[in-house]
Amino acid sequence: MCLAIPAKVVKLLGDGMADIELEGVVKEVSLDLLDGIEVGDYVIIHVGYALARLDPEEAERTLALFAEMGRLAEESAA
Amino acid sequence: MKYIEEFRNAELAQGLSRAIAAAVDPQRIYRFMEFCGGHTHAIARYGVEDLLPTNVRMIHGPGCPVCVLPVGRVDEAVALATQHDVILCTYADLMRVPGTNYESLIKARSKGADVRMVYSTLDALKIAADNPEREVVFFAIGFETTTPPTASAIKQAQARGLKNFSVYCNHVLTPAAMRAILGAYTDEGAPNVILDGFVGPAHVSAVIGMRPYEEFTRDYKKPVVIAGFEPLDVMQAVLQLIRQSNEGRADVENEYARAVTLEGNLKAQALTAEVFDLRDSFEWRGLGAVPLSALQIRPEFAAFDAEKRFRVEVPNPKENKACACGEILRGEKTPTECKIFGTVCTPDNPMGACMVSSEGACAAHWTYGRFREAPPLEKSA
Repeated sequence: MCLAIPAKVVKLLGDGMADIELEGVVKEVSLDLLDGIEVGDYVIIHVGYALARLDPEEAERTLALFAEMGRLAEESAA
Repeated sequence: MKYIEEFRNAELAQGLSRAIAAAVDPQRIYRFMEFCGGHTHAIARYGVEDLLPTNVRMIHGPGCPVCVLPVGRVDEAVALATQHDVILCTYADLMRVPGTNYESLIKARSKGADVRMVYSTLDALKIAADNPEREVVFFAIGFETTTPPTASAIKQAQARGLKNFSVYCNHVLTPAAMRAILGAYTDEGAPNVILDGFVGPAHVSAVIGMRPYEEFTRDYKKPVVIAGFEPLDVMQAVLQLIRQSNEGRADVENEYARAVTLEGNLKAQALTAEVFDLRDSFEWRGLGAVPLSALQIRPEFAAFDAEKRFRVEVPNPKENKACACGEILRGEKTPTECKIFGTVCTPDNPMGACMVSSEGACAAHWTYGRFREAPPLEKSA
């Protein structure tokens, strides 16, 4: 129920609406819950609303952390 | 898909699995509750339990809105659809949730009631605008994630003068449910469920932020690690929970930093507070009546409150006695410990709500977990 997916904003439609794109599928969603969204931003979509802005730098940091955890475990086992 | 596939990477999962194996103290058992059905689903679908040492146990929590909705509210929705000439709009999962005497919205529809599945409150608003001669009721359920879209729809209906739109509100609150679980004790005074920490909600936290969980670290000394819904997110959160447990710490940590901030979504919070206030008490399947655990529509928006606008007659709600949804939602039983799991009760013919939603513990185990080679973990050891 709380499932929500990241998608890219491709067009601002005015009136608080925007087109988002996911794997070639374009869908209209509401931006009523967020301020300052621009074309190119990634947002988390839930039941037709953009619920949160996705922070690309934090995403990279988290992925780097996963890799680091695995590497450290390998080293300590060696 | 960007920001999804990377968080399902098998190589990184193996690395995290090794890191977890290296971090655990083999002398102890770790019991972590994943609050959300979204996490339950991810754990089952990606076989995360098979990547964890056997002394790390995941206990499914009550964070599945379809699952915790009590039979009485399902009965009222069926009555709304059948006793009044309304168009009842609902999210898909709710269609098949069994009420008293196995009634459900999908059965009501087969008997002629106008029940429609919608993806969004925006669709319900459109149906109301397109059918000015009909009353349109949106059957609203969900935790803090799903509440702001309902609030937004009520505000839009008001702004557009849609007088035929109303909401049957069943929105519930995550911290209240966590409190109910931690505050439940047996007659002997022992906690009902022994827990070492929580994998905290993903998108609920995107809305409410990190602070509401501080009560659990401070008052109950339980670590909370907020995690995204992808398998690597869950594994990293488990690793952080193990470390906190080993160090005797109880802090709120945020693994899902790409979407969750300390404060959360302030605009969504303000909209929710403008439209809704707290109910004194609300009935949950499994948890019973929980004080201050749900929202109602404020009197200023009473014109959009289906509970104020429609009177319905419902029988005394009756749960299926053989169904163990209650114990499963409290983390006291696993799906396979229910007598009717996989025999009488399957996703095709659900007896209880936990078998309906894909994030229900029973549906997730039926779909992904029942052929696992490893035996289901014993809850008491």
